[in-house]
Amino acid sequence: MDGMEDPAPWQRGRDQFGPWGPHGPFGRRHRGPFWLRHRGNGGPLRRDTADRLAGGVASGVAAWRGVNVTTVRIVFVLIALVSGGFCVPFYVVGWLLIPAAGEDTNIGSRARSDSAGIALAAGLATLLALVLLVGGVFNDGWFAGWAWPQTVTVAGLALIWRNASPDEQATLRRLVEPLSAAGVGPGRGRPGRRAVIRVTLAGALVFAGAGWLASAKESLALLRPLGGVVLVIAGIVLLLGPWWLRIARDLVLERQAKVRAEERADISARVHDSVLQTLALIQRRADDPQKVVWLARMQERELRSWLFEGRAPGEAEADMTFAAGVRQIQQDVESRYGVPVEAVTVGDCELDENLNALLAAAREATVNAAKWSGAGVISLFAEVEPDSVSLVVRDRGKGFDPSSVPADRKGLAESVYGRMARRGGTADVVSAEGEGTKVTLRMARPAAAPARSGGAS
Amino acid sequence: MSGTPRVVLVDDHGLFRSGVRSELGRQVEVLGEADDVQPAIDLITSVQPEVVLLDVHLPGGGGQAVIEAIKPLFPSVRFLALSASDAPEDVIAVIRAGARGYVTKTISTAELADAIQRVAAGDAVFSHRLAGFVLDAFSADPSSAGVKPSFDPELDQLTSREREVLRLIAQGYTYKEIARELYISVKTVESHVSSVLRKLQLSSRHQLTRWAAERRLA
Repeated sequence: MDGMEDPAPWQRGRDQFGPWGPHGPFGRRHRGPFWLRHRGNGGPLRRDTADRLAGGVASGVAAWRGVNVTTVRIVFVLIALVSGGFCVPFYVVGWLLIPAAGEDTNIGSRARSDSAGIALAAGLATLLALVLLVGGVFNDGWFAGWAWPQTVTVAGLALIWRNASPDEQATLRRLVEPLSAAGVGPGRGRPGRRAVIRVTLAGALVFAGAGWLASAKESLALLRPLGGVVLVIAGIVLLLGPWWLRIARDLVLERQAKVRAEERADISARVHDSVLQTLALIQRRADDPQKVVWLARMQERELRSWLFEGRAPGEAEADMTFAAGVRQIQQDVESRYGVPVEAVTVGDCELDENLNALLAAAREATVNAAKWSGAGVISLFAEVEPDSVSLVVRDRGKGFDPSSVPADRKGLAESVYGRMARRGGTADVVSAEGEGTKVTLRMARPAAAPARSGGAS
Repeated sequence: MSGTPRVVLVDDHGLFRSGVRSELGRQVEVLGEADDVQPAIDLITSVQPEVVLLDVHLPGGGGQAVIEAIKPLFPSVRFLALSASDAPEDVIAVIRAGARGYVTKTISTAELADAIQRVAAGDAVFSHRLAGFVLDAFSADPSSAGVKPSFDPELDQLTSREREVLRLIAQGYTYKEIARELYISVKTVESHVSSVLRKLQLSSRHQLTRWAAERRLA
């Protein structure tokens, strides 16, 4: 409102909202018939600019009264057709007078101060009236009866065009742009030969059809007016076809944009649920480095599996493969013992009894490393080859002397060696004091099962 | 090549750049930082560093765009890709564009400094994850369907020694440890890794990029 000249005293306080006060002409809460009460959004009538085909009047009414938008639209179109075009101007007037959602003023109140726009609207209406007058001379009037009310429509649209909010104007411009691009309006620097040909052809068709129609009064042949109508329609299609296509495409684009927006909302929700929560936790545990590392690792893994493997956190593994089993060991050991586990798997295959045993042995070896080695990181390397599967658990921790392990220590003897041996696999433990430990597990595969690529994680 | 390598940092996260810069401290000489493809190209062109620490993901086209622009002009500039992403297609793409190595951002400072030294000296640097990818990518039978052979069939296969080296890298072994494990010299380990890198960059086998994309979908 800056930069506008001071309104006259009698206008003050009124002009701000237009002549109908802050809620516009339909602003007061409408009671309506009993069957419509307690429905709708309870607010004043507003045009819904988010869900609109033209001005958003229909969707506004729908939201206001709590009815289906499509129903309202169909009713509007039916009314327009049944009334012979007489009711179309009412829509435009509604567009002018009902403020858009989130705005205080309607377009009409802004248009009142737009004298150039009013002149343009009056000029356009007069022009159309003239054309209709001239046309009426050649025609028997059914067309004119439909078209006369549209002088108001044209004038109203001109005012809307000039005074709508920038957002709405952008939409209008986008809708009209291809029309001018087609060569109808000047100012588009690239008419192109095809456009010229199309416009010429369309013009010829429309003129021929119109002439045919005009002469139909005297003609007795039934086919001739029909032919005229066909020609006119063909001309219009040729002229406006690209524009309609553009509108249809814009609708599709808009829908895609909506889908994208939803996706973004989903992502931000997920980021909030996981990443931001973890960051908050990290800030609160800043004095406990080990806990911080653990939290960061957990979050990293969760995010990774979501981003690169498309698996939502907490989602169950549908059919568990070998690589997924290795990942599971990694996760469990990391979260239970707080020691980072670097897992790399090469290839992948379905699980069977033998591989389950291999995984169980690997889990035991990894847990041992986490509990006893004191190493900062444990590495897990698994490789699926056509004839065998191998898995190496390695740490750079304290190490131990394998020969000095008492025979009754269950961990290694039973859980690793025993498990592997029972299934025909081998386990090999290499360790020395101060040099870390390396457990190599190997299991032959039945020849039938082919290796499946996919699984380096 | 000894002493402190001259380095340029390219990463769109300012926080990460300053973190790396302060952590690396005096171990490298940071000539400058850039946060996107075009600024990076301009900076590298003007200061000509030995090593560029390059983020795989940049807003204006990804790390490979930088490599592709610089390689023909300054073949002596070496790239070490650095990323938080382990999506195979990203990793393979930068390596195929010409990066001398790939490490994840979770790498420790000492290891990163070591990796920079190594790349500056002309060696290849593989993280354990990259080693896993490479083994996976080269694991299928080369004669299987859809594989167009390279002009040099040797490029399409890893030797058993190279495989062994990669396996140990994937298990988190350092080059020195690998050398001891396989009874070879560190130089030999390095040459194996370089040769794998060459195959990775030149092999038309497998259409590695496609492999990586498929892996992501799996």
